[in-house]
Amino acid sequence: MKISEVAEEMGLPVLGGRAPEFEAVTTQGTLRLSDFEGTWLVLFSHPADFTPVCTTEFMAFCEIYDELKKRNTELLGLSVDSVSSHIAWIRNVEEKMGVKIPFPIIADLNKEVAKKYGMIHPEQSKTETVRCVFVIDPESKIRAMVYYPLTTGRNMGEILRLIDALQTTDKHKVATPANWNPGDPVVVPPPATAEQAEERLKEGYECKDWYLCLKKL
Amino acid sequence: MPCVSPDGKPTSSGMALLESLKDAALSPNEISAKAGQPLFRVRSGLRELKDAGFVEEEDGKFKLSKSGRLLVE
Repeated sequence: MKISEVAEEMGLPVLGGRAPEFEAVTTQGTLRLSDFEGTWLVLFSHPADFTPVCTTEFMAFCEIYDELKKRNTELLGLSVDSVSSHIAWIRNVEEKMGVKIPFPIIADLNKEVAKKYGMIHPEQSKTETVRCVFVIDPESKIRAMVYYPLTTGRNMGEILRLIDALQTTDKHKVATPANWNPGDPVVVPPPATAEQAEERLKEGYECKDWYLCLKKL
Repeated sequence: MPCVSPDGKPTSSGMALLESLKDAALSPNEISAKAGQPLFRVRSGLRELKDAGFVEEEDGKFKLSKSGRLLVE
């Protein structure tokens, strides 16, 4: 049995698979995953409210919020805390740090959503969610997953870069090389036949060899 | 934001959605553009307003119910 089949059988999300549907109480009312259809979504979890690394992450997510909106992308946070705790925390962040949290946060007290998305890793914590990021596309498919441990805050530049890369791939049917950033050359899909490989070198791309060709968009 | 408060009345977000339906039945996308609210919030808000009886849905478009119209007029 393939790993993706095992994961799907356990109900865990897999790349390219449908993101598990949910209905959850948030700081902005009851939301369903399907409410986000038609937009990209960054669903992320944090270990707990009123903790230092999470507070820095939330302020950093706010800094990229406008950039995400430009990319037709919404943000949705989650932790195993009550909605009252979330409200108290975001009010505290606004009062003490001067940062207003504009996006909703799921109050996943019964861990229903966290379990569906495999956000609890018992070796890290049996009660808290680790720092997960799920990039979900407008058709509700899981396009990327990132997991960070409790100790390590996420890199917002990488989240933006990841969304740029996925949207570029969708739009131009290309791949993106290591350390790619918008404006850099992209990778042309490798030829599938010997004939195409022969022709590839004559197609005007910047080729290192037949299987590694780049082009500017 | 929740569009219906615990006492059953529309919140300011809910009223903004109801106001956007004053002249015509609209789809969630059209309401999102008109009310300037994100689509996810419009969808969840319409669900609440529909459950509370302030709007009705027909062929994917939403219109004010009698009680909804009473509130905006």
